[in-house]
Amino acid sequence: MQSPLPTFPEQASNFAGNVDALFSFILMTTLFFAVLVTLLIIFAAFKFRRRSEKEVGDDVHGNNVLEVGWTLIPTIIAIGIFAWGAAIYVNYRIAPTDTLDIYVVGKQWMWKLQQPNGRKEINELHIPVGRNVKLILGSEDVIHDFYVPAFRVKMDVVPGRYNTMWFRPVKTGKYHFFCSQYCGTNHAVMGGWVTVMEPAEYAAWLSGESGDVNPVSAGERLFTQFACVTCHLSNGTGRAPSLNGVFGANVLLADGSTVVADEAYIRESILQPNAKIVAGYQPVMPTFQGLVTEEQIGNLTAYIKSLQSQPVPAKGAGIAPSPAGKK
Amino acid sequence: MHRTGALYGQFKTLEQQKDTATLGMWIFLVTEVMFFGGIMLAYTINRHTYFHAFAMGSNTLSLGLGGFNTVVLLASSFTMAMAVWSAQTSKKGLITLFLSLTIFLGFVFFGVKYVEYAQKFHHHLVPGKTFDIFYCVRNPAKCSDIDAADMAKEKEEIEAAVQADPDLNAHAQLYYSAYFGMTGLHALHMVIGAGLLFWLLKESVAGRFNAEWNNPVDIVGLYWHFVDIVWIYLFPLLYLIDRHK
Amino acid sequence: MRTEATGPAPEMPEKHYLNATYGIRSWLLTTDHKRIALLYLASVTFFFFIGGFFAMMIRLHLLTPNGYLLTPDLYNRMFTMHGVTMVFFFLIPSIPAILGNFLIPLMVGAKDLAFPKINLLSWYIYVVGGLFTLWSMVNGGLDTGWTFYTPFSTLYSNSAVAPAVVGVFITGFSSILTGLNFLVTVHTMRAPGMTWFRLPLFVWAHYATSIVMILGTPVIAITLGLAAMERVFGLGFFNPAMGGDPILFQHLFWFYSHPAVYIMILPAMGVISELIPTFARKRLFGYHFVAAASLAIAVIGFVVWTHHMFLTGQSTYAAVAFSFLTFIVAIPSAIKTFNWTATLFGGSISFDTPMLYAFGFLGLFMIGGLTGLFLGALGVDINIHDTYFVVAHFHYIMVGGAVMGYLGGLHFWWPKITGRMYPEWLARIAAFILFIGFNFTFFPQFILGIMGMPRRYHTYPPEFQIYNVMSTAGASILAIGYLLPMVYLTWAAFYGKVAGDNPWPATGLEWKTQSPPLTENFEVTPVVTWEAYDFHNRPDLGLDVPAGKGSPGVVAPAHGDD
Repeated sequence: MQSPLPTFPEQASNFAGNVDALFSFILMTTLFFAVLVTLLIIFAAFKFRRRSEKEVGDDVHGNNVLEVGWTLIPTIIAIGIFAWGAAIYVNYRIAPTDTLDIYVVGKQWMWKLQQPNGRKEINELHIPVGRNVKLILGSEDVIHDFYVPAFRVKMDVVPGRYNTMWFRPVKTGKYHFFCSQYCGTNHAVMGGWVTVMEPAEYAAWLSGESGDVNPVSAGERLFTQFACVTCHLSNGTGRAPSLNGVFGANVLLADGSTVVADEAYIRESILQPNAKIVAGYQPVMPTFQGLVTEEQIGNLTAYIKSLQSQPVPAKGAGIAPSPAGKK
Repeated sequence: MHRTGALYGQFKTLEQQKDTATLGMWIFLVTEVMFFGGIMLAYTINRHTYFHAFAMGSNTLSLGLGGFNTVVLLASSFTMAMAVWSAQTSKKGLITLFLSLTIFLGFVFFGVKYVEYAQKFHHHLVPGKTFDIFYCVRNPAKCSDIDAADMAKEKEEIEAAVQADPDLNAHAQLYYSAYFGMTGLHALHMVIGAGLLFWLLKESVAGRFNAEWNNPVDIVGLYWHFVDIVWIYLFPLLYLIDRHK
Repeated sequence: MRTEATGPAPEMPEKHYLNATYGIRSWLLTTDHKRIALLYLASVTFFFFIGGFFAMMIRLHLLTPNGYLLTPDLYNRMFTMHGVTMVFFFLIPSIPAILGNFLIPLMVGAKDLAFPKINLLSWYIYVVGGLFTLWSMVNGGLDTGWTFYTPFSTLYSNSAVAPAVVGVFITGFSSILTGLNFLVTVHTMRAPGMTWFRLPLFVWAHYATSIVMILGTPVIAITLGLAAMERVFGLGFFNPAMGGDPILFQHLFWFYSHPAVYIMILPAMGVISELIPTFARKRLFGYHFVAAASLAIAVIGFVVWTHHMFLTGQSTYAAVAFSFLTFIVAIPSAIKTFNWTATLFGGSISFDTPMLYAFGFLGLFMIGGLTGLFLGALGVDINIHDTYFVVAHFHYIMVGGAVMGYLGGLHFWWPKITGRMYPEWLARIAAFILFIGFNFTFFPQFILGIMGMPRRYHTYPPEFQIYNVMSTAGASILAIGYLLPMVYLTWAAFYGKVAGDNPWPATGLEWKTQSPPLTENFEVTPVVTWEAYDFHNRPDLGLDVPAGKGSPGVVAPAHGDD
């Protein structure tokens, strides 16, 4: 299977083909110019080599047409490459909505990953083939980076905030993942394996004996334990807005602006409750900074997401009305 | 070569020498702008994110002392400008007088700054392990320099700020990081400026400066004005964040 | 006038800057820009070999996947100290502080830089900063990576971060003062007749470099200052636990450190712009475009910094904008390459050692620059960011580009600096060894990057081994390539053949004074009546200008008569 001089790893995600195609396009374009210029240099070096000790070259100042030409042509090609690269990147940064969400926490020097049903893994990730997967990345200490070469994707894992990355595995198999942002002594061994399985196989694996609680019910328990439930009444009559249906919706804030309730917003609302105040409510929620672990935030987020499908009370949900005239 | 003996070997004329020195100082001031720019950026971002903590921090500073220091520095800029003018018009006695006044005002500034810093140390407002924004309201006896009315007001403000930002103690540290970082850097520049002024004073007492040869006065003047201007920015940025209440 | 081929063999001038005064004090207290350049040469070479030693350790360790030579902590210290030494104590000061310092006053026809004492001060600042950093390396070492990313550097690292950061902070001021000195010198110290567009492109390149130095370096200074304060006193700007933002550090860091790449490469481009016209005996093609390209690189270089941070979670659309600007900053470099190539056409090309370095530069810089397009393209960067592809890319720019330019320049001006020639054939062989060794070392790293090997790994999966073995083999060739010039250039400084004033011959003002020059550079202030790289209107060079070529009206005076 392995050639003595391997190059590209397998193309095992939806991005791999496109990333490699752009790579090859840039390679061909730059190779063309590099070979052209090299041949010109070699040609000139032979043709115009010095033939006598006191010989001088021609007296030429330059040529404006040539200058304009070799400014414009590379500019146009460069803009083309830029546009192609930007298209891939924007697609990569904006995840689709139907994803399988997996929480990933990096710490010196291991990865903790958790499946939607609560099954936890260390330095291992099992995912079904053909399904959009979103990784929600948090760090407990320094900056890490989650990198799967076979998928051609990576993203930094930054303490104090959530980053997300997504991909769709297209081939079953076992692939390396690495930490790709230097994080201290054992940076080089902070990696593991992604196992891409057939959906049925994945389902079987998922329901296998794990003993772990799924994050939604763990989150629900935390929701009571931290007394969130005393204010965030689901019927909207509490001191804080109901969270039913909030996830993914637009939330109207006290200053009149709106914000999409995504993972980052929920995380911020738990850690810095007063950064964004929902319209019609007082800034009375205490911060949970230092009281909840990254994992617990993940669980709470999973629980709040699960409320997405719950009936939204007419009053007290904090969700912005859809703009007039539309829908 | 020249009568005053003030022309350095690498130059042809005094005019070239003066142009060179002036350009050099202006470019140096550009680097200073970039230098202060970095910390001002950090200030701006954090002030935007943690407005309540920054407002609370700002309210613990003394407007009276800060305002007084602003007047002192502006006055020192005036005396510095007069020193430059005296040099350009060869009024040798006046150069010495105005340089001395500038140095004096610089030291008044240091004195006031010392009082302010010492107060912050007593009130546990220096970033680090001992930082405690609530120290004075919880131990009023230890902060006897704050009078009762001010203390009551501070208590009220802190309570309001905690309501708005439960993590006030951490975020107020960011304010004090900015406060000590920015005023500390500024004070360091003042110390260097004062050193330069002492050197000028020595030269002027020796009668070195006149209408033909006054580069050093001119250039140190530029530097001194720059340091004043930095303070003109620092004063509102640090002292006046939330005084409109 | 002396020219090489005819007339009696040249002799060393009786009096020059090297024998004007003697004794250690006359060197340590000198304000002569040429002597300060030699002080820099000694100290920068010292740091180069220290950094090279760390590099050898890294390559030896990576020979096998599990690397038995170093512990992980020691390996992390090696690559960090390699980066810090090479970037801050070798690459940034190399060409500007040595060749720039020596040549800029000569090239503009001045007796010295505008501020000779500040020039000496900047060398002392460099030495103090260097000693600080060395001290930190032996007392706990440094394991943060040369990028000092927070919060690792401020909260988690168990190494001597604070003294190292202070050392780099101090050295920054040396760079600021050098840039300031160059800018003012070019503005106010030019000789009569030396207009802006008669300046050699070496001076233009240093002018652009100086702009970057004075605008960028203060920002890294304050940033490292804040990071040191955070580590020592607990300031919180970059600490997420206190509400600070570690990404803010990266923004401030790269706001300097990306332009700093241009501090390293622009002066090398300036050297190449001298070498190619001289050894092709032809004006540089498109002089104005090359000069403008230097300035464009310096200016646009300030607005591309977040391309080091595409995957930190920064705003998607900010990333798109910065990617676009990254492609724009590539254009001026392309313009320069095309102009250098066009200069060769119709020239009279010789293959002296400096020209071999220029050819080497062209090839390696081209690969380094073009691979930058892969990294600037957002879609590809998702894959190869922080892999060995990046390592290979910037070594092609910094070692293939900057170091080739530096060595080419050192050979070219060695006769001016020491008055003596280096051994030509030995030098050509060394240049070849360097070129081969360099490609062997760094080309395999591109493939490692494509395969997905991340940077800064002390151990790696076995599938990456074959290319690591190649790289290590190349590095040992490279090491010999670097030792050779150091040995024979030192030898030549004392025992080489006497060179004469203008052995090549070249057109710059620095060649119109004796070699080595007088302390005050010129006997009388020169008056410039010719354009840069004009071989046709310079009868003083003693070349065969074909009849009918050259305009007799603008003939240069002989030896700088006023």
